[in-house]
Amino acid sequence: MLELLQKPWPWYVAGPLIGLTVPALLLVGNKALGISSSLRHVCAACVPAGIPFLTYNWRAEIWNLVFVLGIALGGFIGYRVLGHPETIGISAETVRDLKAQMHLTDFSGLLPRELFALDNLANWRGWVFLVLGGFLVGFGTRYAGGCTSGHAISGLSNLQWVSLVAVIGFFAGGLVMTWVIYPLLF
Amino acid sequence: MKYFKYLVLGTLFGIILTKSEVISWFRIQEMFRFQSFHMYGVIGSAVVVGLISIQLIKRNHLKSLNGEPIAIADKKFNHGVWIGGFIFGLGWALTGACPGPLFAQLGSGVGAAAVLILAALAGTWTYSALREKLPH
Repeated sequence: MLELLQKPWPWYVAGPLIGLTVPALLLVGNKALGISSSLRHVCAACVPAGIPFLTYNWRAEIWNLVFVLGIALGGFIGYRVLGHPETIGISAETVRDLKAQMHLTDFSGLLPRELFALDNLANWRGWVFLVLGGFLVGFGTRYAGGCTSGHAISGLSNLQWVSLVAVIGFFAGGLVMTWVIYPLLF
Repeated sequence: MKYFKYLVLGTLFGIILTKSEVISWFRIQEMFRFQSFHMYGVIGSAVVVGLISIQLIKRNHLKSLNGEPIAIADKKFNHGVWIGGFIFGLGWALTGACPGPLFAQLGSGVGAAAVLILAALAGTWTYSALREKLPH
């Protein structure tokens, strides 16, 4: 059993479990799954600066911050306590392409160290991946009114056409970055 | 104590995200390069299970534990949905993470996640400050 938990979980186990989080939150507290809102609540709690969009009763949304704290705890349990293979088992084609196009050589860990090691902040590439990348995630999700959890999982599950528009936007952005901008960066 | 249930659900959610490797930059690249079914399988089956669950909840008029009738607000359209969605997509492919995975990465001990989360907070704050001036 423990050995099964330690191996990476296949999509047909993980996907349905992620899907069940939607009814679990509804049944437990009438809450809709959505994670990017937590970033807004932190801004509202720490640096509201008189901005109307950050002036609201964020204390009513503490459940969302607790949920996110749980996700971090889950990351610790899943990766450190249960343990996880050092190398993510991506397809051979992806390894080949990342070697050829992005000159990556180290495929250990969750993220490529060559792009995300903190000492990369001394050069422009580190700023693009760590700072600009994170900034676009925070800016874009709030602008779109949700992220992969709020729009793709929660929204599509509730047959919201608005969420389908958002998901098409997510994918369009990801494809442009991967196929158009990455080749210019490397 | 009233928040404990959300801590438990969040922890389970974080374990699932981690064990299914959707918090890995490598998996997100594999997805955007159409080189594996994994991510599509995870997201697709999550939506199918979520959809069936919500239908069951609605048809049976289920109530939440605190006795409230379960109600899910409709998402309203504005042009920010696709403009912001596209901007997030650029960031998703760069960082290989959406907001949930960022927190799971932080817990798993990835130092970069701390910088990414701070940058994401700066992005959310900047959007909030500029909101009135942006097309919606």
